[in-house]
Amino acid sequence: MADMSYTPTQTGSSAGKIALRWGLYIMLGLFALFYLMPLFVMVTTSFKSLEEIRTGDLISLPREFTFDAWQTAWSGACTGIQCEGVRPYFWNSVLIAIPAVLLSTLIGALNGYVVAQWRFKGANLFFALMLFGCFIPFQVVLLPMARMLGLMGLAGTIPGLIFVHVIYGLGFTTLFFRNYYVSIPAELTKAAKVDGAGFFRIFWSIFLPLSLPIIVVTIIWQFTQIWNDFLFGVSFSQAGTQPVTVALNNIVNSTTGIKAYNVDMAAAIIAALPTLFVYVVAGKYFVRGLTAGSVKG
Amino acid sequence: MTKWLEENTPKLVLAPSFVAVLIFVYGFIAWTAWVSLTRSRLLPKYEIDGFIQYDRLFSSPRWDTAFSNLFVFGFLFIVIAMVLGLILAILLDQNIRTEGAIRTIYLYPMALSMIVTGTAWKWILNPGLGLEATVRGWGFENFTFDWLVNPDMAIYTVVIAAIWQSSGFVMALFLAGLRSVDTEIIRAAQVDGIPTWRVYTAIIIPAMAPIFLSAFIVLSHLAIKSFDLVIALTGGGPGYATDLPATYMYAMAFSRGDIGQAASSAMIMMLVVFAIIVPYLYSELRSKDG
Repeated sequence: MADMSYTPTQTGSSAGKIALRWGLYIMLGLFALFYLMPLFVMVTTSFKSLEEIRTGDLISLPREFTFDAWQTAWSGACTGIQCEGVRPYFWNSVLIAIPAVLLSTLIGALNGYVVAQWRFKGANLFFALMLFGCFIPFQVVLLPMARMLGLMGLAGTIPGLIFVHVIYGLGFTTLFFRNYYVSIPAELTKAAKVDGAGFFRIFWSIFLPLSLPIIVVTIIWQFTQIWNDFLFGVSFSQAGTQPVTVALNNIVNSTTGIKAYNVDMAAAIIAALPTLFVYVVAGKYFVRGLTAGSVKG
Repeated sequence: MTKWLEENTPKLVLAPSFVAVLIFVYGFIAWTAWVSLTRSRLLPKYEIDGFIQYDRLFSSPRWDTAFSNLFVFGFLFIVIAMVLGLILAILLDQNIRTEGAIRTIYLYPMALSMIVTGTAWKWILNPGLGLEATVRGWGFENFTFDWLVNPDMAIYTVVIAAIWQSSGFVMALFLAGLRSVDTEIIRAAQVDGIPTWRVYTAIIIPAMAPIFLSAFIVLSHLAIKSFDLVIALTGGGPGYATDLPATYMYAMAFSRGDIGQAASSAMIMMLVVFAIIVPYLYSELRSKDG
């Protein structure tokens, strides 16, 4: 949009204009403080000793930096009866997220390719059914899924959680790829067919090379969703297979002993680091996924 | 045979996903709907027995709190996040030199798990050592901010944390919307001497109506699904004061062993989602086909 602040209608003095500009920046700065404050408090709290937390205040910097809380959070904090910190659960999350992200992205790419480029009777119905599935509140599938995982022998296992994340991620991954491939002219597929290329050949040598941006968007979206998931994690895991979000919640809400806020904060930051890292490194794609995924879902 | 295979490859590729969606989405919804009409308790029973679970649900004070909390929370969350998001987007749209950095700051909470957000705000809002103690330490001895432990106010702490998490995202949606408004019209209005605020209220904001709708759909969807945030921030407490349908459903399913109640509350959640989303999807799909 054109720069509204230098329009002919604003005939105020240049001093007024500068004041307006300053006001604008101050407001933006205050809002930035609002968004940064919790992160700042988390980081500073995690480096304080419990003693200092009890006597100091929320926003003061630690007088003495200590990594004790981080050490405890990573490998010593109690999640109920076990006291191994978040480390094993962090790796659970990695073990769940990587296969689930790759599988759901791959299947979504193939689905999107079919729906967008190989239209047949029923393909649109399939897409509508899929799209609808993106919107259901997952509570409505929790009970039967718990039974189904039991029947499949996957109850409380990491493969079970991978399975659940792949199934309920398909709606979005299909949507992402379908919307991307739909803008690729159908003539391309037709010409390739005339030249004798088959379904997979066309996908592999024409569509995949064009897909890098949407693959990145989809992987980031799925990774964020799956890493941050709590509902499936808490419903379908057991003591040794919980993802990091569930472990974090257990650490924070374990009632034994004194409340170690510094450990809670360090554990929270550890749980948040992977998605924060992705956001900082690939923010552009993250935002694109959010807006694409959210305009429908 | 190979010819048949070749012709039907697309269908075969789609088939597993199709079957999966039929079973794991629609079949499961049907299962839950069916069980919500039975007397299931600890174990599911399959004899239909009318709307007894829904009667129990709507005569339960705990559900009553959860269901009305959904509307209090949902309304405040959606309205404030949209207003805040719009204000931020307009402020950021004034040729701000550091726009990229500021946008990154406003949006990062969206990358966090709700459990992390809840944990952080739980610490900040705890009256003993958090914000209240800090402000008192600055010399305001009578400052009180005990919403987190006050049953009448606790739901508003969920609103605060949810807004903190999601308003930057609404800002991003609106900012994209502002940038897509036709600059020719805006320039013409400026040439005609129409004041900036009028340009916004009369031209730009009305042109963004579809974005308001999208933002509303997303936020209401987030509100109905809110589960993690409540669990991490208040645990549904004090008492049941901050229960939402999602936490009610979970409690019935996994700690109370009341499958009938879990199923019926899940169905009500789905109906609320459908009431919002079906008209939207219908109009979207129609406008795309037409």
